[in-house]
Amino acid sequence: MRAWFSRTGSILLWQLKQDRLRLVIWLVPIIAVTVLTAILFEGLYPDEGDRQRLAQSVLNPAITMLLGPAYGVEQYDIGAIMAHQMYLFTALATAIFSILTVSKHTREEESLGRMEIIRSLPTGRLAPLAAIMIHHTLSFVVLASGVGAGLYLLSVASISFEGALLYGVGISAVGLFFAAVTAVCAQLAESSRGTISLAFFVLIFSYAIRGLGDVSYDGLSWWSPLGWMLETRVMVDNHWWPVTLLLVMALLLTGLALYLNAKRDLGAGLLPARQGPRNASKWLQTQVGFTVTMQRVSIIAWAVGMLIFGATYGSVLGETGTYVAEIEIMKEMLNIDQLTGRALIEEFVSMLAVIITIFATVPVILSMYRLAKEEKLNRLESVVATATSKQSLLGIHLVIGLLYSLIVVSAAGIGMGLMGQRSVDGLQFMTVFETMMAYLPAIWVMLSLAALCVGIGRWLWITWAYLGYSFVVVYLGGALEFPEWMNKLSPFEWVPSLPVEDFKLINVLILTGIAVLISLLALASYRRRDLAG
Amino acid sequence: MSVLQTNGLTKRFGQVEALSGVDLEVDKGEIFGFIGPNGAGKSTTIRILLGILKATAGEATIFGQDVWHDAVKIHKRIAYVPGDVNLWPNLTGGQVIDYLVHLRGQKVNQERKQHLIERFQLDPTKKCRTYSKGNRQKVALVAAFAADCDLYILDEPTSGLDPLMERKFQELILEAKAEGKSVLLSSHILSEVEKLCDRIAIIRDGEVIETGTMSDLRHLTRTHLYVETEKTLVLPDQGIHEWKETDWGYQFQVDREVLDDVMQAIAQAGVTKIESAPPTLEDLFMRHYDVGEGDV
Ligand SMILES: Nc1ncnc2c1ncn2[C@@H]1O[C@H](COP(=O)(O)OP(=O)(O)OP(=O)(O)O)[C@@H](O)[C@H]1O
Ligand SMILES: [Mg+2]
Repeated sequence: MRAWFSRTGSILLWQLKQDRLRLVIWLVPIIAVTVLTAILFEGLYPDEGDRQRLAQSVLNPAITMLLGPAYGVEQYDIGAIMAHQMYLFTALATAIFSILTVSKHTREEESLGRMEIIRSLPTGRLAPLAAIMIHHTLSFVVLASGVGAGLYLLSVASISFEGALLYGVGISAVGLFFAAVTAVCAQLAESSRGTISLAFFVLIFSYAIRGLGDVSYDGLSWWSPLGWMLETRVMVDNHWWPVTLLLVMALLLTGLALYLNAKRDLGAGLLPARQGPRNASKWLQTQVGFTVTMQRVSIIAWAVGMLIFGATYGSVLGETGTYVAEIEIMKEMLNIDQLTGRALIEEFVSMLAVIITIFATVPVILSMYRLAKEEKLNRLESVVATATSKQSLLGIHLVIGLLYSLIVVSAAGIGMGLMGQRSVDGLQFMTVFETMMAYLPAIWVMLSLAALCVGIGRWLWITWAYLGYSFVVVYLGGALEFPEWMNKLSPFEWVPSLPVEDFKLINVLILTGIAVLISLLALASYRRRDLAG
Repeated sequence: MSVLQTNGLTKRFGQVEALSGVDLEVDKGEIFGFIGPNGAGKSTTIRILLGILKATAGEATIFGQDVWHDAVKIHKRIAYVPGDVNLWPNLTGGQVIDYLVHLRGQKVNQERKQHLIERFQLDPTKKCRTYSKGNRQKVALVAAFAADCDLYILDEPTSGLDPLMERKFQELILEAKAEGKSVLLSSHILSEVEKLCDRIAIIRDGEVIETGTMSDLRHLTRTHLYVETEKTLVLPDQGIHEWKETDWGYQFQVDREVLDDVMQAIAQAGVTKIESAPPTLEDLFMRHYDVGEGDV
């Protein structure tokens, strides 16, 4: 049995060596952002009244769905604010870190043939998988200590030592849980892309059912690891047992992954490969057909995912109305006695539309970045060596990105529109749908920026950073009271928030124009530069 | 004494039977060639030998130990070089070599490593992402030969090397043999196999169809003849291949069984010139391969 884990230590050191930079890039910002937002919150909401006003503005089902239930609202102190506004999203970041890192060291190593070299050495069959799990355990111990120490050393009255520590341990436990989930996915799928998709599916599913559970279906949140983490009621009640549950589940999943790994052949997934057709269809023979076919499955999956995502939010819009009617004090606090419940609902519709469309931008950027991936894998040479020009390749990817954005945003709009119409009396389907569609030009700006990065051939992270920034502006811009110019740096802020504001054609036209300009620039720089492969 | 032995090795991938009863035996101190057409099952056999794939049936041992159960023990004394080498893009060749040698549980013999690096004219300070295919292969070769091993398993190790480097590789193999080490060499470069290998196995459709020394195998095959005669040459119908009449004479190949009849026929036609050449490995290979084409 020991032979199965032989040289786990050496492989662990090797993985850590490769990941030096990656660890710094992920863990330091997570710690820094946590500490900085705590400082900012303290500066922005120094007295009780400010905090209560904030509490009332965030106490509604739409926000609960997004962030999780708020505990300790009676005295919404800095600790409780952190636990409500930052906890879940920081945990999502650690989960994404785990998914990307674990799949890189497992399935990707394997599909690129590096694992074969390692395994021809006196290393145990399970050593690489065991090493990556230890790697994550260590990384998360560091993260938990960093976050815990950082929060505690701020010496904010409402953040106790226990609360700070549990905060760090909670997000780390979620990270470890998803590391184990990814380890299992790596045994099932046959490619690193498949592994990542499968793991992200689990993450999004956990997030969504927890949202539904927190808002309307009692008990549903118990099916989600993120629900368990929120159940720690960190900074308020500080329950430790849900963390124990997460860690035990992570351990069990790791055991399952090791078992599956021991059973299967190197390079194989657990699902056997089937035989395919002998000839390519007419459609597949065209460059457009080929590109669409390669992305077909992901387009369908994202469309279905966004439809469900939109429908989920649409179905809780009704709750918002009842909620507002019930809470008299909220109207006073928000100074909205003139506003009917409907107006408030429309406010939420426009807020949710930004968030949903920012999510919908992710697959559009990914679709554009496939071109860069093809280049990296040396598969582009043989395509460009035919009578296909480089510009037409990038052009096709732009067009497909455009269609992709239409598909996912419509899907989300239809889902939210239909369910919204059912759950709120008098809310028109078209109102919701139009609100969503208005954000398309902002997505196109992102798409063209992605194309420009592919065109230049480097700095692909810029698009992700910019999208992340746009998300932060929407998500925290209000609570952190960003200056107006910082908000206006995001293309999503330029889109008229429809049911509330009037439609401004000029803004939409300018955004579209910018997207066209950047796209032309992208095509020009792509034509001029060398291809790597 | 054999260092490597397989017995009825069978591997099934779902419906596909990639190997159906492969028997091999590599003796200590010999270089064993393993050839066969694409998809014949060479890499699959080698991966089973490395304990990376699990055989569906049959047994395989290296140093008398089971390749699946005792993989770790076995791997301390073997080195493997694949044909398609992929390395970690953001690390240097030198780092990768040290890592791989270290994983074998051996101290890196810097002197030996340096010697090999110079021999292969490799720049170990470059990042792996910037290496050409041949240079990536050199990294794997240096990592394999820098360690002290008893058996080398090589799967098309020279597919990216230039002729000069290929010769250096051949020298290295012969030196290893002189030190009493064994080599299993799978390759499509038949001249290389012919030059280096003591014994050869030919695999086709997952079955070993021939094994033996070069001269054993030659026995099974045809002799090349070129003759010029005074009279028209009349030969038996059976056993003559690749018949070609030139202005001056005849060029053809003869199966071993009819060689005697043919020689008599040539003598009767009044031979003025005769040249014979032993079959090359390529002829052997083509012959087996052609037969295979019939039943596809
Ligand atoms: N993971 C797999 N799933 C299904 N079939 C496989 C798998 N791996 C190999 N095969 C099949 O097994 C057979 C043998 O493949 P193998 O790679 O051993 O051939 P090879 O002799 O090394 O060929 P080459 O000379 O091209 O390297 C082939 O028919 C191949 O299609
Ligand atoms: Mg092969």
